[in-house]
Amino acid sequence: MRSSAALAADRATPKAGLGLTAGAWFAVLFLNLPILFIILYGFTTDEQSYTFPPPDLTTRWFGVTFGRADFWHALGLSVSVALFAMISALILGTLAAAAMYRFRFFGKEVVTLLILLPIALPGIVTGISLRAAFDLANIPFSYWTIVAGHATFCIVVVYNNAIARLRRSSPALIEASMDLGANSLQTFRHVILPNLATALLAGGMLAFALSFDEIIVTTFTAGQQETLPIWMFKELIRPHQRPVTNVAAIIVMAITFVPILLAYYLTRDTQDVAGSGK
Amino acid sequence: MTVATTATLPPALSSRLSTFFYLRPRLLLALFLLPPLLWLGIVYLGSLFALLAQSFFQLDDFTGQVVYKPTIANYVRLMGAVNLSIIGRTVAMAAIVTLISGLVAFPIAYYMARYATGKMKALFYVAVMLPLWSNYLVRVYSWRLILAKEGVIHWAFNKVGLSGVLDWVLSLPVVEGSSLSTSYIGTCTTFVYIWLPYMILPLQAALERVPRSFIEASSDLGARPGQTFRKVIFPLAVPGVAAGSIFTFSLTLGDYIIPQLIGSSRPFIGQAVYQFQGTAGDIPMAAAFAMAPIVIMAVYLSIAKRFGAFDAL
Repeated sequence: MRSSAALAADRATPKAGLGLTAGAWFAVLFLNLPILFIILYGFTTDEQSYTFPPPDLTTRWFGVTFGRADFWHALGLSVSVALFAMISALILGTLAAAAMYRFRFFGKEVVTLLILLPIALPGIVTGISLRAAFDLANIPFSYWTIVAGHATFCIVVVYNNAIARLRRSSPALIEASMDLGANSLQTFRHVILPNLATALLAGGMLAFALSFDEIIVTTFTAGQQETLPIWMFKELIRPHQRPVTNVAAIIVMAITFVPILLAYYLTRDTQDVAGSGK
Repeated sequence: MTVATTATLPPALSSRLSTFFYLRPRLLLALFLLPPLLWLGIVYLGSLFALLAQSFFQLDDFTGQVVYKPTIANYVRLMGAVNLSIIGRTVAMAAIVTLISGLVAFPIAYYMARYATGKMKALFYVAVMLPLWSNYLVRVYSWRLILAKEGVIHWAFNKVGLSGVLDWVLSLPVVEGSSLSTSYIGTCTTFVYIWLPYMILPLQAALERVPRSFIEASSDLGARPGQTFRKVIFPLAVPGVAAGSIFTFSLTLGDYIIPQLIGSSRPFIGQAVYQFQGTAGDIPMAAAFAMAPIVIMAVYLSIAKRFGAFDAL
């Protein structure tokens, strides 16, 4: 164990080169300038096309959006689907991570591949596969067909977060707990779970976000149901009141900004130690 | 030996359970592994098999009903010139998007891993995550607005009197489009924009795992910074690049929204699958078409695995 002074000296970061700094900031601007445009066009008075610069600015689209029942309905459906997908993914992903961390068994590589496959293959494959299966099995589209699709690709997100944390946490903690006389259930409750909790929270939130924003799989597994992305897609194609979709996007961003920051602070401690190999 | 009992279960039951599972590790493994395995096995693998089965059926053009008799007619159709050119176009786009994403992602990932600390690091993290968390559709649409003829880029080129240059670029073969939003440049830019965080995050994680002592050792042994980068840092970052590239490649391969909203009207794989399934109601042909990205990704994953991508996901 190194002293904290040595660690601090280690962390005294050298200065980055000019080219590198410029490259890093280029990516930051590239990623975030378009978001400013989303916000800008939420205030434009031009409702049919989006010209630049906007002819004038107004806040009336916020009132229009809040007054639209279909917006609230789509938002409600998306939140509820995302919650169910998140909970299923949390249970299944954590179990899978526990099994993969704790045991070595025949066919482990295949299981890893199976867990990763739903995000390694394009979303459209998941979508059309489920569609083909529902068609063959005569399952009608419903709320639950959407949840099933979403949960499938959310499992891996939770799994990744959980297994990364398990691999980083020291086995000595578990051994110490057992040496001090705790049985494995107690060790799980008092040592492993607290250690894992923030990783699960971060993984769960990411799963929620993925489901909340998903459109490709949803298109193939939803019948008449309109999740928020599907509602937005329809709104974007309609020629009137286009800024309404921008307002909806602004509302979603405002809501998700806090969880992003939270997720960062929750997982930060285990991430920012340079060289903390798996 | 006494056990300090703070667990919710009564001590006797708790330790009996504990011992029971300790003596039967296979049972515990089954308890852990069965639920996720059943779900993925039935819902996901089952669906993939349904897809495979459907691809061998055929839609009767007259009745509009699916004929459940095995045939390879869909695959023969898939090998036609038009469909092959769709596949070729999509793969080329996915490769270019992946390459550009890697180039754009490296500086910021490296900066985040090595130089950013404290508040600055949080800022960079939010800057990468915010786009990822904000609505995908609206981000795509905002690029359509930015790239459109009446949008900000054309407007800016006009203001500085360089619209001639832009028009010349847009008149080049392959690129060809009346504005950025109807050319391949627009499609490619939007793809890179949307998938970039998926490249940055695994790359940054891989770079962060490079022990500082390795870099110090390298410079102690007389390597110049460039050499350290090429011989030490980059090889250790390769699994991260490979992991990120799985996302950028795979996501580009299957997306049908971006090429529909931005770019020339020439279709990509995703659009073909979507149209066969939706407009034509031809699930068997859509299923056969979906086999193309599956086969391509199988090859891609086996290559990426060799570069250690699965350890960096």
